[in-house]
Amino acid sequence: MKNRISALLLGTAMTLASAGLALAQDKTVKIGALSDQSGLYSDLGGPGSTLAAQMAVEDSGLLAKGWKIDVISGDHQNKPDIGSTIARQWFDVDKVDVIVDVPNSGVALAVNNVIKEKNGVYINSGAATSDLTNAQCTPNTVHWTYDTYMLAHSTGQALVKSGGDSWFFLTADYAFGAALERDTTAVITANGGKVLGSVKHPLNTSDFSSFLLQAQSSKAKIIGLANAGGDTTNSIKQAAEFGIVSGGQKLAALLLFLTDVKAIGLDTAQGLNFTETFYWDMNDKTRAFSKRFGERSKNHAMPSMVQAGVYAGLRHYFKALEALGGNPHDGVKVVEKMKSMPTEDDLFGKGEIQPNGRAIHPAYLFEVKKPSESKGPWDFYKLVATVPADQAFTPLSESKCALLKK
Amino acid sequence: MQALYAQLLVGLINGSFYALLSLGLAVIFGMLNIINFAHGALYMMGAFCAYFLLNIAGINYWWALIIAPIVVGIFGMILERTMLQWLSGLDHVYGLLLTFGIALIIQGVFQNYFGSSGLPYQIPDALRGGMNLGFMFLPVYRGWVVVFSLVICVATWFLIEKTQLGAYLRAATENPTLVRAFGINVPRMITLTYGLGVGLAALAGVLSAPINQVRPLMGADLIIVVFAVVVIGGMGSIMGSVITGFALGVIEGLTKYFYPEASNTVVFVLMVLVLLVKPTGLTGRAA
Repeated sequence: MKNRISALLLGTAMTLASAGLALAQDKTVKIGALSDQSGLYSDLGGPGSTLAAQMAVEDSGLLAKGWKIDVISGDHQNKPDIGSTIARQWFDVDKVDVIVDVPNSGVALAVNNVIKEKNGVYINSGAATSDLTNAQCTPNTVHWTYDTYMLAHSTGQALVKSGGDSWFFLTADYAFGAALERDTTAVITANGGKVLGSVKHPLNTSDFSSFLLQAQSSKAKIIGLANAGGDTTNSIKQAAEFGIVSGGQKLAALLLFLTDVKAIGLDTAQGLNFTETFYWDMNDKTRAFSKRFGERSKNHAMPSMVQAGVYAGLRHYFKALEALGGNPHDGVKVVEKMKSMPTEDDLFGKGEIQPNGRAIHPAYLFEVKKPSESKGPWDFYKLVATVPADQAFTPLSESKCALLKK
Repeated sequence: MQALYAQLLVGLINGSFYALLSLGLAVIFGMLNIINFAHGALYMMGAFCAYFLLNIAGINYWWALIIAPIVVGIFGMILERTMLQWLSGLDHVYGLLLTFGIALIIQGVFQNYFGSSGLPYQIPDALRGGMNLGFMFLPVYRGWVVVFSLVICVATWFLIEKTQLGAYLRAATENPTLVRAFGINVPRMITLTYGLGVGLAALAGVLSAPINQVRPLMGADLIIVVFAVVVIGGMGSIMGSVITGFALGVIEGLTKYFYPEASNTVVFVLMVLVLLVKPTGLTGRAA
């Protein structure tokens, strides 16, 4: 009996001690990679984003310093309700600290609200909508890789200035398509062009011929594709079939990923102009990372900019945690720390996180190579122009984010 | 008005895929009483088969049109022999669940190896380019799809409704014991019929490979619409499903023109309406 009591006391003491330790210097982190794991966005995010998160953990060096960091992943199936349910469960049951990736703007905005409510950290890399750092910004959100404003200003502006002054949009019928069309329209009209019309197609459409015929008969010089993933690849492929490009109209793929170019094939994709903030073949550092990534990814795919953004965003998150001396499990506090430190990593170079949560870095206008120019299975892009970080994203003076009005 | 003609023609092109797929479903349902949910996955396998033939063996599109349906058809017959035949006396739900599970497995395996964005398959050289019809630019390949699927649909209808073999088949569905008594191997006929239905799906897959991306979920996206087509046309009615396939393609095309946001729901709205008015489908007879 006596033994039992002393064992019980010892146990209690130990629990108390470890609890005390946790308060002082908690070095556990749980990362949730929430993505489309099997649908049309799963190649540009999906399992590759989970891999990028794992690589960020390994490369941070924190494991050697006694940190315990776990990465879990979830499939939101491109449905906002499923996405927010997973996010809720992750915070309530699994004690997740940070959610990364989350492509699909509709899901991203739904999850944004949950993360604010639960005071977690949100490093979004996959979604495009500029609303995440604009009207719907929160103190818990960092939007890393790209957004609709950036795409509109880089690709849109370049095309209008080179003479493409009349546009017709093919727009994916959800939050992302609407945001991209809105932001691009603003750029077109500001530069003296005009929008002749647009047609909204359902997400995940396989046949675009009806929509393309409408675009063709509009006689617009530029057909703007405000869609993504499989929708974009099908539009481009079928536009070639209907003789749209050979008929003198030009396609503007406002959002095109490395994996999309791979899927279309250079024969059809050559000559397309589009914007990304990361390409694996930019410099020695990006090549080194991409080589390591490709050795572990499915089909040895090179990282997309979304996956690169998951990696870079998490590396910056870890730097902030290290500077804080432990994980406070307080989203607002961590994000504030992230904003106070300049960003610098191998993939996106130097940059910063603005008060509205927008991470800024240079954006690159690329052109898809001709098949004869390509030297390898992933050698697709040539650089046309670089847009400096401070010009690529929404100027703070134009942002409607409530955080800026303090 | 010109735009309207163009949309009608485009609708006809999509309708050819609906027709080919729903034809296969109707044949399988009519003869085997199985609701073949694996149809979309088998259609996808047809497209992948064409891709492999071209990129691994260097065999071109024209041969793929023949080889892919045979290869996938044989795969279908193996499925029928090893699994589906045991369900013959049972409720429809069992066949539906089994084929649905098979579809998920096939899609999962392909997705694991090939990802979701798909693989490029070029239009064969002979069918490249297009012609200007005055009211629209018609890609030669699309025209070919419409003509070819019409021929296949009519041929299948002829085979089942007008030939001796078709007569045996229909008799075997009606009364298998009696047909057996005449010395006809009924189980083998059923296996071959399933192979035929599956082959039709694979053929549609090859036809669609140059138009759509060859990707693991290409069938899953289409199969739900095709089921609606079969339900509207009347389960098991061959001519009904072909006509409904083309008609719904056209209706969907028109919706894409007048109210594009509704283009992926219009087929289901029609399905509900038809079921309310005539539960056996447009051409179906009461059981």
